[in-house]
Amino acid sequence: MYFWHFTEMPYPHLPDLDTITSMRVNLPSKHFDPKIGADLYNRYLDEHLLADDLGLNIMLNEHHQTATCMDVCAPLSAAILARQTSKARICILGNPVANRANPLRIAEEMAMIDCISRGRLDTGFVRGVPYETFAANSNPTQTVERLWEGIDLIVKAWTTHDGPFNFEGKFWHKRQVNLWPRPYQTPHPQIWITGSSDKGAISKVGERGYIFAMFLQPYDKVKDMFDTYRASFVEHGLPGGGGLAYMPLVYTAETDEEAEKGAKELTWYLSAKTEPQFRNPPGYVPVAFNVKALQGTYSGRTDAVRTQGLEYLREQGVLIYGKPDSVAQQIKRFYEKVGGFDHLLMMQQAGFLSHERTVSSMTLFAKEVAPQLKDLPRTKPIRHAKAA
Amino acid sequence: MATVSKIKSSKKFVTLGDSKIEVERRGKGKPLLLLYGEEALEAEAPFVDELARKYEVIIPSPPGYGRSNRADWITNMDDIAYIYLDLLEKLDLKKVTVVGCSLGGWIALEMATKDDSRIAKLLLADPYGVKIGGPFDRDIEDIWCTHPAKLAKLKWADPEKGKRDFPSMSEDKLSIVARNSETTARFCWEPYMHNPKLKHRLNRVQVPTMFVWGKEDGVVKPSYGKAYSKLVKGAKFVTIAKAGHYPQLEQPEAFLKAVKGFI
Repeated sequence: MYFWHFTEMPYPHLPDLDTITSMRVNLPSKHFDPKIGADLYNRYLDEHLLADDLGLNIMLNEHHQTATCMDVCAPLSAAILARQTSKARICILGNPVANRANPLRIAEEMAMIDCISRGRLDTGFVRGVPYETFAANSNPTQTVERLWEGIDLIVKAWTTHDGPFNFEGKFWHKRQVNLWPRPYQTPHPQIWITGSSDKGAISKVGERGYIFAMFLQPYDKVKDMFDTYRASFVEHGLPGGGGLAYMPLVYTAETDEEAEKGAKELTWYLSAKTEPQFRNPPGYVPVAFNVKALQGTYSGRTDAVRTQGLEYLREQGVLIYGKPDSVAQQIKRFYEKVGGFDHLLMMQQAGFLSHERTVSSMTLFAKEVAPQLKDLPRTKPIRHAKAA
Repeated sequence: MATVSKIKSSKKFVTLGDSKIEVERRGKGKPLLLLYGEEALEAEAPFVDELARKYEVIIPSPPGYGRSNRADWITNMDDIAYIYLDLLEKLDLKKVTVVGCSLGGWIALEMATKDDSRIAKLLLADPYGVKIGGPFDRDIEDIWCTHPAKLAKLKWADPEKGKRDFPSMSEDKLSIVARNSETTARFCWEPYMHNPKLKHRLNRVQVPTMFVWGKEDGVVKPSYGKAYSKLVKGAKFVTIAKAGHYPQLEQPEAFLKAVKGFI
């Protein structure tokens, strides 16, 4: 099992949430104080440096026009950390390929960071959450297609070393593609993909040996998706590394009381407010989902889990908190319920959770929880017939 | 609607290249091509039945709307205009009165700029299609970034009239609603609800043209409509009181009265 520290780099110092309608897309930037922002950026980067010291890996992401995530360019953070850390693997999960103007810029940036870090980079590619389509102005009906065309172009650019090639796809036309630098790792950094419900896409991820990651979902849903991945994985002969990753919110403390307090603070992330028109742009999900939305039984991809209490979230494996032994036990339970996984991505900071308490939780996890879990066996491919 | 049953109506698919276009034909008389708006609300509206007493009303569903398929190469109103011109040819319709509402009005103008030889006249209700102002001007309110409650007030003089009881509709109907919405985003996301070239082609429209505009349309304001109408030579421009983006739906009687004499 590999352990990754993560924070979305939130800017929580907002007006009373009852007085604003949205934390995303249209929240005026007058609510952002650059002095507080400067402190927060440096603090979150410091916590990543601590992760490196503690033997944890680092996960980064980016979002746009939102107080929930100040990291607007994960490659920038990765570049800083590539230089300032020495051991940790750095995973960008992910590069919003469907929302970026040019996939080749992503290919170059990743190759450069991979070289600076001497091969410690993992590269995730994501389609982007629904509200991102507005900030990027990318057509919400075509983000999946754009994502995969972009990935194909990036991988080809990373792995072509005999001079230029041309590309005339549906979304991008490129001439004389000839990447300098090439990635430090050969053939290229491990690729990660996120997903929540599209089984066709998961099969493709498995076929290609990319790592498949899910965030903050109940264990039965995670197992269903992970089984689909494992089934596809074996049928295509294990190309590359592959593997499965899951992200819960994690808070580790010396006492149950402290743990619950920390856990509550982490749920700030789940209560992020967004106006309804930004939650499900037309065509982002298939027609069948939107029929359910019109019937009032579907309100976006993740809303169902977000409105629940602490106990429910812990039972489902979305929120893991407690004393070190309890945290280890909860993760083992989740591991067993979903048929195993390889990468534990931990959102160990969210909302107002202070630097001191974040550091305390991270340190306890690294010293007392990680040793109990690190030898859990890796994902085993399964036969299709055995998949749920 | 009690009047619906009295008027003869048939639906069938017309194949044009790789497009299978669902076409409804209603009533008897000279041909009137009704190009409905992005929500396809007109297909079931009372004013259409009034038209069908005098005309044969021909109602096609654009690719991706209704039950028409959406071939992947189709990306904008330009493409749909060519398909609809093919439709007029295939059905051999001549001297056609074209009534286009909202998105349908945009398609009607795209058609007329390419070939108006089968078109007798154009009647347009609050069409999208051009950009009048500069880069920082929001000519057409952003229907995808506006809170649904506010959007209803922009679209309707009386938002109550715009309410639709989705949970009581069949899954089949709802999938058409969802599909229409998805297709509108596919075609109109960027450039938003307009074709930058259309403005420069409108001089090619030679047939009598009339713009009808809801006085309280908050999505595309009457000032936009007035400026739009001036781009078409000799076009008439009238407004309808107590009506928003859909004057033909909100004030059907006033609408029919205003266009009497033109169609």
